[in-house]
Amino acid sequence: MQTQLESEPRAVVGSRPDLEPAPRSVVEARNLTRRFGQGETSVDAVRGISLDVPAGLLTAIMGPSGSGKSTLMHILAGLDRPTSGTVEIDGTEITTLDDTPLTKLRRKHVGFIFQFFNLLPMLSARENIVLPLEISGERINDAWLDELVESAGLAQRLSHRPAEMSGGQQQRVAIARSLITRPTVLFADEPTGNLDSRTGGEILELLRDSVDSYGQTIVMVTHDARAATVADRVLFLADGLIVKELSDTTPEEVHRAISETGR
Amino acid sequence: MIRIALRGLLSRKLRTSLTAFAVVLGIAMVAGAYVLTDTINKSFNTLMASAREGTSAVISAESLVKNGSTSDRPTVPASLLERVGSLPGVERAYGVVETESARLIDAKGNPVGPAGPPALGFGRDASTIGQKDAFKIVEGRWASGPSEVAIDIASAKKAHVSAGDTIRVEGSGPLERVRVVGLLQWGSSDSLGGATMAVFDLATGQRLFGLAERLTEIDVDAKAGVSPAQVLKEIKPLLPAHARALTVDEQIKEDQSEWASFATIIRYALLTFAGIALFVGAFVIFNTLSITVAQRTREMATLRTIGASRRQILGGVIVEGLTIGLMASVAGIGAGIGLAKLLSALMGVIGIDVPRTATVYAPRTFVISIATGIVVTLLASLGPALRATRVPPIAAVREGSTLPRSRFARLRPLVSGLAVAASLAVIGTGLFGSFAQASQRLLALAAGCALFFIAVALLSSYFVRPLARLVGLPGSILGGASGKLARENAMRAPARTASTAAALMIGLALVTFVSVLARGLTRSTEVAIKKQVSTDYVIRAKDNYSSFSNATATTLARVPGVEKAVALRADTVIAYGKQAQISGVDPAAIRSVYHFDWKQGSSASLSELGRDGAIVMDSFARKHKLAPGDRFTVTMPDGRKLLLHVVATNKQPDFFPLLGKITVSQAGFDAAYRTNPKTTATVFLRTADGQSERVERSLTSALAAFPSVGLKTEQQAIDAQSSDLNTLLAMFYVLLGLAVVISFFGIVNTLALAVFERTRELGMLRAVGMTRRQVRRMIRYESVTISLIGAALGIPVGIFLAAMATTALSRYEVVFSLPIVSLTVFALVAVVLGMLAAILPARRASRLNVLEALQYE
Repeated sequence: MQTQLESEPRAVVGSRPDLEPAPRSVVEARNLTRRFGQGETSVDAVRGISLDVPAGLLTAIMGPSGSGKSTLMHILAGLDRPTSGTVEIDGTEITTLDDTPLTKLRRKHVGFIFQFFNLLPMLSARENIVLPLEISGERINDAWLDELVESAGLAQRLSHRPAEMSGGQQQRVAIARSLITRPTVLFADEPTGNLDSRTGGEILELLRDSVDSYGQTIVMVTHDARAATVADRVLFLADGLIVKELSDTTPEEVHRAISETGR
Repeated sequence: MIRIALRGLLSRKLRTSLTAFAVVLGIAMVAGAYVLTDTINKSFNTLMASAREGTSAVISAESLVKNGSTSDRPTVPASLLERVGSLPGVERAYGVVETESARLIDAKGNPVGPAGPPALGFGRDASTIGQKDAFKIVEGRWASGPSEVAIDIASAKKAHVSAGDTIRVEGSGPLERVRVVGLLQWGSSDSLGGATMAVFDLATGQRLFGLAERLTEIDVDAKAGVSPAQVLKEIKPLLPAHARALTVDEQIKEDQSEWASFATIIRYALLTFAGIALFVGAFVIFNTLSITVAQRTREMATLRTIGASRRQILGGVIVEGLTIGLMASVAGIGAGIGLAKLLSALMGVIGIDVPRTATVYAPRTFVISIATGIVVTLLASLGPALRATRVPPIAAVREGSTLPRSRFARLRPLVSGLAVAASLAVIGTGLFGSFAQASQRLLALAAGCALFFIAVALLSSYFVRPLARLVGLPGSILGGASGKLARENAMRAPARTASTAAALMIGLALVTFVSVLARGLTRSTEVAIKKQVSTDYVIRAKDNYSSFSNATATTLARVPGVEKAVALRADTVIAYGKQAQISGVDPAAIRSVYHFDWKQGSSASLSELGRDGAIVMDSFARKHKLAPGDRFTVTMPDGRKLLLHVVATNKQPDFFPLLGKITVSQAGFDAAYRTNPKTTATVFLRTADGQSERVERSLTSALAAFPSVGLKTEQQAIDAQSSDLNTLLAMFYVLLGLAVVISFFGIVNTLALAVFERTRELGMLRAVGMTRRQVRRMIRYESVTISLIGAALGIPVGIFLAAMATTALSRYEVVFSLPIVSLTVFALVAVVLGMLAAILPARRASRLNVLEALQYE
């Protein structure tokens, strides 16, 4: 399965010549590879990927299990280090950063949404939402908090603990938590993976809203074909490489792309 | 972060309390030790000071020998009283006699009160009685006249007498019958540390205690306007040799210091055991925090992804530790105050009442308790906190993510190996090295043992698998699937199992250590005694310590069937500037019961003893370069000198020598101790036909005149020697048991956390058909496996330490002997503890809702 990327490694996927002016890139990755293990049992999860994440858009990364999409996102987000290649977030090269500057960068520029929500069970919804501010020692902007709570529909749930909320509600809290710091880029790891399809759809809508209303940049790894309906563009991965890119696509196109690129 | 840490603790109340409990007991002992001893000190100090009110100066005689002299308290001549009384600055002087051997004898002929505490007797001037002392008459009146006495309420109760009844008293002479005319208290307590107290008037006291024309103390009241220092200046020229005068303040300080040292011993004993309890508690806290950190890996990682720094994660876990420490300290202080009251009451119950004024809560008690609790938990939480910082942010997105191995993990075998070597070096130095002070040696040993325990705990994670396979074998055979799973469960987190078992190991190792050592000491005593003596019966004071009347031997010698009654006189003298035991033996008779091991000399030397001949111990002779024919001087407790010449040298076991370093003839001894008719330490009896009931009956009836001594066979006498040791051993077991209890909570904690962690797995097992009963059994077997690993580590470690100590003591001929029965009991205790520890976690595991457990995320 040859791709243009392999023959033209310097080509940048994601430039959108049809749109003018081209949006600024907030994440720039070059020649990423990631090898797990050593010797004969080693696995190359990412085999040479370069990409730009344009600001203010929702980029979805799709692909079958084992295609390397999660690994790619972990590297882009600074959770994992590539075997080779570079990643810049907001102009800062992160793959060589020490833990402390990386932590500082995370506070300012990066937000996370997880498949299993990852809320702190002993804190109420409100406390979970403002936790990143508390950790970085910043003041809470009440207007911003109110707006996030309002748009996530959590006004009645603020004093509830995670255990007292449905999965969808928990994920809304997680989204509000990730947006409270207005991060440069928000990484979502299978955000609908642990939700029923209706609730999952609502969560996708909420993410789309944050792009439309606040210009939030989002990178989302997902299995969910409906993600296509909310994504500005979709990157398809297979065997550690980007094999296809679609813009403003439909679920049907996505399904077709999956069956083409998949097994 | 602090708030998150606190909220976390709050959400795990039960687990937090169980964790904190590990420190509560230790802190309770720390606080209890201080509260109890402060209270004792305060009570005594108040009483001591009030008893001297109005007195300006006190004259007493000094004994050259501190502790261990059979001669009673040193005295000054009674004539001094009149001369002091007529000094210009003196208003009045009062004479006092005191003794520690005025034994009260009840109607059945038994001594009143426990053997051990002294039988205090007082003779006091009728005009000061009840004023210049701490006595308070509660019922009746003070004694006045030759056959009256006032005794303490506790003794009256024990002897079943009340005011008006008669009681017998054994002073220096034969038994006398006196009327109890009053019941008294010392301060506000019915007794004084278990001692009996009999207060006579001065003349009666002097006569009964064998102190005619002597006084043990003179209390001096100065004229108005004359300072204690001035009175002292007037008194000084009148003082005979070995007498001294102190101002009342100096005297009070001295009175108090005796009791202060008593309280200090209690304090340090309790603090030592508190230290052990805290050490074990630190293990439990370390373990529990390690497990909870591991279980919260995802939570920590999530915090990292949303911007928490490593330092913040570290701080969070440390705050948890500090909070647990603070809570535990506060609870511990509360428990400690209760413990102090309990101990104080307990002392009353076992007959060592001490006067109790209001409980003393010194600020120092609170500061030390809280600081100790916090420092201990802080140290214990440091490891888990550092481990938490190693949680990588990516763990937030990985299921079942484990912590990365520390950079130092591969050094662990090396580090633990070095720790073992270092700890053994420290222990070895402690045992075999030379130290200026015993306390330094003990400190080295304690530090070495603590390090050794940590090292073994580090190493033990490598032993967990083989040990679990071994001790889990019966369970896996008997318990079917539950037993097999239990064994596997115990092995799947070796480090966790190891440190849980290690906490139990410490308690069991220490219990084993004292048990093996005590057994060795007991055996050594037996061997030493049997080597030196062969006799049918042994007569000793019932307290196994006091000297008794020399008339005892002569009386017993006349009993039909008795061939020989050989008395052994004993006292302490000063030789070459040091205290040394001196013995007096009958040269003609001693050979029939005692086997001399001659170095220079022979049995014939005995007949050469005469009045001033001495057999000296070989080691003593070599040290002071003495050979037969040489002369040397010893100083008696009252200052008189004896000139002796060496007749022979002998060897004795170092561990339990029956004769002193210096042995003289009975005639020589009695000549030197002319005024003291109670210098016999032991009487050995040989009878015509060995031990028989008939001769025992006649001996017992002959001994009726000497109620404070008892008849024993040789074996009974040997056993009596170890009974003191056994009492001590029992106390050690109780106090070390506390450490075992703490480790018990450690096991409960670990199991509860394991059950929590394996919720989904337990649900699966239930879903595929495991019954609740099987689940409970599985947890129980795992628990027993852990506790048996603790025993399998602790008992050998204890034996090993005891073997080292025995080797160090081998120059005192202490032998190594294993108390198999005790060790078996310890292993069984471990099994029972394991079963008990499993009850709650097993119940919790068996009550899991299968469906919920499976959905549990």
